[in-house]
Amino acid sequence: MAEITSESAAKEPASEASAALEAPPLKTTPLHDAHVALGARMVSFAGYDMPVQYPSGILGEHLHTRSSAGIFDVSHMGQAFLMGPDHATVAKALEALVPADILNLAPGRQRYTQLLNEEGGILDDLMVTRSADEAEDGVLMLVVNAACKEQDFPHIAARLPENMRLMRAEHRALIALQGPKAAEVLDRHCGGAAVMPFMSARQMSFDGLACHVSRSGYTGEDGYEISIKSAHAVAVWSALLRDAAVKPIGLGARDSLRLEAGLCLYGHDIDTTTSPVEAALTWSVQKRRREEGGFPGAERVKRELADGASRKRVGLLPDGKAPAREGTEIQAKDGRKIGTVTSGGFGPSLGGPLAMGYVETPFAAVGTELTLLVRGKALPAKVAPMPFVPNRYFRSPAGAS
Amino acid sequence: MSDTKFTKDHEYVRLDGDTATVGITDHAQSQLGDVVYVGLPEIGKAVTQGGEAAVVESVKAASDVFAPVSGEVVAVNAELEGAPSTVNEDPLGKGWFLKIKVKDKSEFDKLMSDAEYQDYLKTLS
Repeated sequence: MAEITSESAAKEPASEASAALEAPPLKTTPLHDAHVALGARMVSFAGYDMPVQYPSGILGEHLHTRSSAGIFDVSHMGQAFLMGPDHATVAKALEALVPADILNLAPGRQRYTQLLNEEGGILDDLMVTRSADEAEDGVLMLVVNAACKEQDFPHIAARLPENMRLMRAEHRALIALQGPKAAEVLDRHCGGAAVMPFMSARQMSFDGLACHVSRSGYTGEDGYEISIKSAHAVAVWSALLRDAAVKPIGLGARDSLRLEAGLCLYGHDIDTTTSPVEAALTWSVQKRRREEGGFPGAERVKRELADGASRKRVGLLPDGKAPAREGTEIQAKDGRKIGTVTSGGFGPSLGGPLAMGYVETPFAAVGTELTLLVRGKALPAKVAPMPFVPNRYFRSPAGAS
Repeated sequence: MSDTKFTKDHEYVRLDGDTATVGITDHAQSQLGDVVYVGLPEIGKAVTQGGEAAVVESVKAASDVFAPVSGEVVAVNAELEGAPSTVNEDPLGKGWFLKIKVKDKSEFDKLMSDAEYQDYLKTLS
């Protein structure tokens, strides 16, 4: 038996020989010892020694998150503060790098966007949060991918005007709490968390410990991301774990949860060759930015918005039970190659295989019948709407947000 | 009397007469995690020692299962298609993958015994 595809959570290109010679020691998060004590299987991911699963296993962890609540250590991700004299100045500087409308981001609100290169390719995807605190006008919080942070932060810092700076939050941990019971669980520690609107953020106190909480995540469920000083990470993690509704969830289930939710994994579903239009992320490019441009690759994005992109990211549902993994060739019914799977596997909540990938645009309509070439066998599949399982993000009562 | 041998790729093979029952070891199923799909060969397929015989997939990964001995596939465990988790629950029993009519028993004889496989596992951790 030998592994022929591996989980995206543990994909490392180095061969054993070069790893032994060149690989620097793995970094650890402030929760590393807690993972080991819980019996986690640790893997190398983006230079960190991270839990891919705990003893209950990926399937159980995935289903628990969808039925109750799970906590994820995402402290490897890159957190930073972008600071300037006022919001307009800071927004303008960031808008020169991303296609989202940052200027009209209200205090305490969060937005998903992408760092683009001059060709409109995606350097990374990130969350941007405007501080809710009036005394912090001109502060944006950024959360970028772990594997990209060493490139992203210098890229941003090098493009700032003199009156602005980027401060990396090196000594902060990040804990995600996700699932239908996340709100009631967190509200017991952070009063008021349950009524926060989706994609909002604020400073809070977690049992007396200062933290920054956003209502967002990477699972398709209601939930939060809690940014806390590294020194307090174990206290927050342990307090949440003491709740009977909460279990620890590793990178394996994080990947299957986000795939069912139709969310992109950087380096797989999006990269420097894919544009936001090709990636079906045009919802994250607000109207003002489409009209005004002024971001890297704006010409390509505008052209693709007007004329359509030549390829598009779509959801794929194989007819049978065999999963189609990343790299699987996608063919038209006549056998011509029309695309490639970028993420694929088994959806525990869906109860079957699922995938996403890029296809030539004429084949991107939902319901289009395609063929997936899995280990030399042509397996029928259909283009499917995403998310694969319904999102259950928190919706405030009408008018409340 | 049946005899069970093991490969470095974590397959087991149990020989009864000239019929070899093939599956993956308890170590293998534990490393894989929850099995969600098993791809089995067609009956009558000729397999060669070390060649691909089946596929086993967990949530996170797909792995080849290699033929521990050469011969012809004479049976497959079709129950795994509807209940792949049997591989986790009973890998050496109900979780078997396929049966091979063995060509050359000397291939079997050269594989690891249970004690040798347990020693081999110790070298991996």
